[in-house]
Amino acid sequence: MSTEPEATPGPIVTPGALPDADEMRTIFRTMCLIRRFEERASEEYMRGRIGGFLHLAIGEEAAVVGSISALRADDPVTSTYREHGQALARGSDPRAVMAELFGRSTGLCGGRGGSMHLMDVTRSFYGGYGIVGGSVPLALGMAFAIRYRDEDHVAVTMFGDGAANQGVLAESFNMAGLWDLPIVFLILNNQYGMGTAVDRASAEDDLYRRAEAYGIPAWKVDAMDVLAVRGAVTEAARIAREDGTPACVELLAYRYRGHSMSDPDTVRAAEEKARWQARDPLVTFERVLLGEGIVTSDDLTRIRAEVEEVVEDAARFAEESPEVPPADLARGVYEHPWSDDPRGSALMGR
Amino acid sequence: MTTGDGPRPVTYREALTQALREEMQRDPDVFVMGEDIGRFDGAFKVTRGLLDEFGERRVVDTPISEAGFTGLGVGAAMAGLRPVVEIMTVNFAILAMDQIVNNAAKIHYMFGGQAPVPIVLRMPGGAGHQLGAQHSHSLDAWFTHIPGLKVACPSTPHDAKGLLKTAIRDDDPVIFLENEGLYAKKGPVGGPDDLVPFGHAAVRRTGTHCTVIAHSRMVWVALAAADLLAAQGVEIEVIDPRTFRPLDLDTLATSVRRTSHAVVVDEGWPECGIAAGVSAHLYDACFDWLDAPIGRINSADVPMPYARNLEQAALPQPDDIVRAVLSTLGREVPR
Repeated sequence: MSTEPEATPGPIVTPGALPDADEMRTIFRTMCLIRRFEERASEEYMRGRIGGFLHLAIGEEAAVVGSISALRADDPVTSTYREHGQALARGSDPRAVMAELFGRSTGLCGGRGGSMHLMDVTRSFYGGYGIVGGSVPLALGMAFAIRYRDEDHVAVTMFGDGAANQGVLAESFNMAGLWDLPIVFLILNNQYGMGTAVDRASAEDDLYRRAEAYGIPAWKVDAMDVLAVRGAVTEAARIAREDGTPACVELLAYRYRGHSMSDPDTVRAAEEKARWQARDPLVTFERVLLGEGIVTSDDLTRIRAEVEEVVEDAARFAEESPEVPPADLARGVYEHPWSDDPRGSALMGR
Repeated sequence: MTTGDGPRPVTYREALTQALREEMQRDPDVFVMGEDIGRFDGAFKVTRGLLDEFGERRVVDTPISEAGFTGLGVGAAMAGLRPVVEIMTVNFAILAMDQIVNNAAKIHYMFGGQAPVPIVLRMPGGAGHQLGAQHSHSLDAWFTHIPGLKVACPSTPHDAKGLLKTAIRDDDPVIFLENEGLYAKKGPVGGPDDLVPFGHAAVRRTGTHCTVIAHSRMVWVALAAADLLAAQGVEIEVIDPRTFRPLDLDTLATSVRRTSHAVVVDEGWPECGIAAGVSAHLYDACFDWLDAPIGRINSADVPMPYARNLEQAALPQPDDIVRAVLSTLGREVPR
């Protein structure tokens, strides 16, 4: 593992037009926001203000933001449990995201979901899911609905290298290829399923080739490069939208932290981590922006200060938000409940 | 028995077909999906004729991928469609339990009510056809265990139609448990707008001596037992809960308070099963009225055997109910 990424194996992709300067700055700002948000979440977890599992996407910002920036704002997206960045990239209020991590009533899901289960339907972000691979067929169903209603959206599902080995992935690739559904499969290959390296878990570690076996055009991209990601996903979305057929992109990235906050990250060699961090997606993109004259160093300072304030405000908001009233414990189990029992009940009328 | 307004008796199978056809005619967002449900008309022929009427867009033959197409249905429901997914038998739903339990049942609550999941998962179960251990499950208790699901299990053509229509119009995920032994059962059915609401038990036979609670095919076994008992001067009241999420405990408890005796019949296994759960509710609600412990009748606690005599020995029979009723009444139980 941990070889340097190869130059885009698979079909030759013509990157879409580069984003304009405003969008380049927005992309950079969003990447900075995710980085700083994740660092703050880590700190709040250590303080005991965030419970459960906390999976950080530090190092994967280019994969996340490059992908989301290539889509329309109302293309439905599903993700894994490592999905704070997807929500933020879709424009969810950082206050509501942080409050959800804190388990407060002002959270994106009213404190019912937590870090692993963010959703923002108003932004067509259809959720983070905790069972590896389990969310992929949901996006397939959204693609089915798009086809059923003859809409021009594309459904997008982001999942990891670990999910590639789940049976439901084979089922989903097959149905997408069989029925020509407008779906984009994004394999966010951060090279480890928890502590198991891809080449210790996958007979074929070019994971995009799984999709090719079902007749789905697929390729791999260096996902430490946000513009490369954006170009590849733009092309995949174009195929799904214009041709109405599936496409797949393997995003080769690297997560800097352990699998979750409870993982001391002893499996991966320090030298390997250092090599990948030397290609940090924020630093790389910053150099591009400076080199192209799209930002000045003053701009960068201002963006960082803005992001710092947004994250500080989000954490303050979350901390000051009320807890969820215990009387709401059973609210929302059903869209049409039969009972107002605050503890829930299978009994009619209790 | 519950009666309907239908002009002629139809089979349980045809009642289901009518419900599907009428709901597909009523609502263009309703579609059906499953293995061999289109050109093959369905393994049990419930979807016969739907492909000709509605076309391949709304009648979708799937690969043998239970987890995949169940999850696809959940996603389509989140997007606002109303999928009716046929899982060929409940035995194959075991392959889709992640999608059913982790996704269908959880999504509404876990995401703060942002995405309703109006899906119906139809699946027949039950034993009695010498299909062996892997094709004979009654897993009603598994689904009833899960908050977020609604669970319906019709015993008559009337309820098959009316409950399925209610399920399709409901905005929550519904597990719709049919029984392979009931598809040929005939009876009256309601019209296009006759719905059977969830959470309302049906009294299948009135009686004063003992309340027998049974659902799905076991209703008919209980009614056969009622005839045998009537010949001995014992009148049982047979009550069919019809849905277990929600459960109409009031109707069950009202009857038990009157008869002071109860037997619960369930084709599933005994441990932590439907009979155990319903009995516990009845003890909570009726303890002071009971004159004897509640009887429980289940399938034997074994994987279902193939041999016909063993399979019949494993399944609840009318005689088992007769003995349990006589026992709870303190009467002599024939050997």
